[in-house]
Amino acid sequence: MRVCISDDTAARSVGADAVAHAFADLADVEVVRTGSRGLLWLEPLVEVETPEGRIAYGPVRPSDVEDLLRAGALHGGAHALRIGDIAAHPWFAAQDRLTFARVGIVDPRSLDDFVAHGGFDGLRRALTLAPSAIVEEVVASGLRGRGGAGFPAGIKWRTVAATESDRRYVVCNADEGDSGTFADRMLIEGDPFTLIEGMVIAGLAVGAEHGIVYLRSEYPAAIERLEAAIATAHLNGWLGDDIAGSGHAFDLEVRVGAGAYVCGEETAMLESIEGRRGMVRAKPPIPAMRGLYGRPTVVNNVLTLASVPAILRDGGSAYAARGVERSRGTQVFQLGGNIARGGVLELPFGVTVRQLVEDFGGGTRSGRPIGAVQVGGPLGSYLGPDELDVATDYEALLAAGGMLGHGGIVVFDDTVDLLAQARFAMEFCAIESCGKCTPCRIGSTRGVETIDRIIAGEREDANRELLDDLLVTMTDGSLCALGGLTPLPVRSALRLAATGR
Amino acid sequence: MTYEPWDEGVATAMLEPFTSDATLVLVALQALQARFGFVPEAAVPLVAHTCNVSRADVHGVLSFYHELRTQPPATREVRVCRAEACQAVGARDIERAFADAGHPVGSRTSALAVDAVYCLGNCALGPTVEIDGAVHGRCDTDIVREALR
Ligand SMILES: Cc1cc2nc3c(=O)[nH]c(=O)nc-3n(C[C@H](O)[C@H](O)[C@H](O)COP(=O)(O)O)c2cc1C
Ligand code: SF4
Ligand code: FES
Repeated sequence: MRVCISDDTAARSVGADAVAHAFADLADVEVVRTGSRGLLWLEPLVEVETPEGRIAYGPVRPSDVEDLLRAGALHGGAHALRIGDIAAHPWFAAQDRLTFARVGIVDPRSLDDFVAHGGFDGLRRALTLAPSAIVEEVVASGLRGRGGAGFPAGIKWRTVAATESDRRYVVCNADEGDSGTFADRMLIEGDPFTLIEGMVIAGLAVGAEHGIVYLRSEYPAAIERLEAAIATAHLNGWLGDDIAGSGHAFDLEVRVGAGAYVCGEETAMLESIEGRRGMVRAKPPIPAMRGLYGRPTVVNNVLTLASVPAILRDGGSAYAARGVERSRGTQVFQLGGNIARGGVLELPFGVTVRQLVEDFGGGTRSGRPIGAVQVGGPLGSYLGPDELDVATDYEALLAAGGMLGHGGIVVFDDTVDLLAQARFAMEFCAIESCGKCTPCRIGSTRGVETIDRIIAGEREDANRELLDDLLVTMTDGSLCALGGLTPLPVRSALRLAATGR
Repeated sequence: MTYEPWDEGVATAMLEPFTSDATLVLVALQALQARFGFVPEAAVPLVAHTCNVSRADVHGVLSFYHELRTQPPATREVRVCRAEACQAVGARDIERAFADAGHPVGSRTSALAVDAVYCLGNCALGPTVEIDGAVHGRCDTDIVREALR
C-alpha cells in the first residue's frame, strides 16, 4: 500500500513530517515523499493509492491519523477530511500543467519515476535537432523570461549562440528573492530533473558545456534535492562528457547565495558567482554577449528553463497556442498572503487577477473584504479591490501601472495599513540596495524618513511633494530595477491609502 | 546546529582546494561558516592568502552578504519573516511578541538570536518563522514560546 505525502518545505512547515512518520509506522504501508500538488491550504495532504487511483485527505494533523485509519482511509474510505481525487479537484482540474506537470506526482529523488512520467522526452528530441533548430523552437514558443523582466528567451539564446567565444555558460537564476514567490523552490524540491533537462537543452542550443545554478541559501531543502539530482543525472549519463551517448558534454554546478536580494539581478549574480560583492554591472555589455567570466552567458530563471523541455517535446507552436497577445504559454502563479486557498497554480496567461484571488484563492483567509493585492513581488504595484480585473499579461499589467514579475500575488484584507506598506517597500530598498547609485542608496533612506513624516502628519503637502520628486529621481536615475521600480509599490500604496480605497 | 570550534589548522587545510582562485572567495567564506558557524577575523588573512586577493577584498565580500557573520552563532537561531505575504497575516504581531519577550528582531545573546528574513518561500502558509533551520508555517504568537524552549 503506497501513501504519498509531500515533503515540500511548505508542507513540512505545517507538520507533514510528523504525519508521514505516523503512516510509516503502519504495517504494509510504504510512504513516498513527493513534492506538493500546490494546494497548499490542504497541506499536509495525504494521498492513498487505491485501485481507483489516488485518494486525498487534507489537511491532516498527526492526531487525525488514527481516526482516518478507523474510517478506512487506506482504502479511500469516507471521512470529513476526504478530498478525493486531486486531479478532479476544481482548483487542479482547471489548470494547464506543463512546467509543473510532474510536481507532486513523482518521487523527486527517483530518476526512473521522472523518466516514467515523460522526463527527458524534450531532451531526446533536442538531441536530434541542430542547435539553431532548438533555438528557433524556443523562439517560436514565445517563451519569455519568468524572472521578472519578460525578455524573450529564444532571442537571448540566439544572441549567446551567435557571439564568438571559446566557451559559453548557462546560468540558472534560482535566487527567488521576491517575497510572495515560491514556485522555483517548489519545482526544484518537487521535480529537480526537469530543471536539469531544461539546462542541458539550453547548453545544446547555445553551445555551452557548463551550467551553474545560483540558488538562495534560504532554500536548504532545494539545495540538497538539486545536488542529489545532479549526482544521479551524472551517474546515469544525463550530465557529463557524453550526454545519453550523443557525444555532447554538459556539466552542472550549484552555487549558493548568501542572503542578498540584489544578487537576483543577473549581473550582480554573475559578480557573486565570480566571488565578489554582488554589485550590479552597467549594461551594455549584456550578459548574453559578455556574462560570466566575460563569456556569452544565458541567464534564465528556473521557470523559464523548466518550461523548455515541454516546448521541445511538443514543439514551440503548441506552447504558443496558449496565452494571450504577446504573453504566450502558461504562467505559474503563486497565491500568498491573506488568502483562503493559497498555493501554486499553472494557467495560460490572460486569467485576471480577480479570478486568481477570488475564484481560485477564495478571497481572504481572515474572511474580511480584500483591501489590496500586491502583484509581482516587492517591486510590484498594489492594486485596490476595484482594480483586480486586469489580465495577467505582461503588457496589460504594465499599462495598469503594475508588473507581473515572477508571478507572485499577495493578498491583504481591509485592515491593511497601506502607509506602512509604502514605508516597508522603501525600507526594503534601503536594506537591499547594492549601493552603486545614489538615488537608490541615499534616496531610499531619505524616502523612509519622508514617509515617516507624512505618516506623522508633519508638513504633509511639502513632504508629499518631496517624496514625489524623490520617486522620479529613483525611477530615472537607478541602474537596476531595485531602485528603479521601488517607486511602483510606494506610489500605488500611497495612492490607495489616500483614496481610502 | 552544531559547529566545530574555530581551528586555524583545520581551516587552512580545508581551504587548500581554493588555492589561487579569486572567484572562490565567497565559496571559501561560506565553507568556513558552514564548518565553524561564523567567519572569525583570523580567517580573513587566511582566505586572502589562499585565494590570492587582498584582505580588503575579503572584507568587502564578508560585509556585503547579510548571511555571513563574524560573530559565533547563538545556541538557537531564529529568523522571523518580515516580507509582505507574512505581513498580510500578522508577521508584525509575531515581531512584537518577540520584542515583548525581551528578544526583539535584531537582538542577540549567546543563547538566542532573533533576526529578520525577507521571505522563506512559504508565503501561502504564513506567518513564517524559522527556528534552527526548520521552517514553521501558519505561526501565531505561541511560536515565541517554542523558540524560547
Ligand atoms: C533587484 C532584482 C532582483 C531580481 N531577482 C531575481 C530573482 O530572484 N530571480 C530571477 O529569476 N530573476 C530576478 N531578477 C531578474 C534578473 O535580473 C534577470 O532578468 C533574469 O534572471 C533573467 O532570466 P529570465 O529572462 O528567464 O527571466 C531580478 C532583477 C532585479 C533588478
Ligand atoms: S538601483 Fe540600487 S540596487 Fe540597483 S544598481 Fe543602483 S544602487 Fe544597486
Ligand atoms: S513572505 Fe514570508 S515566507 Fe514569503
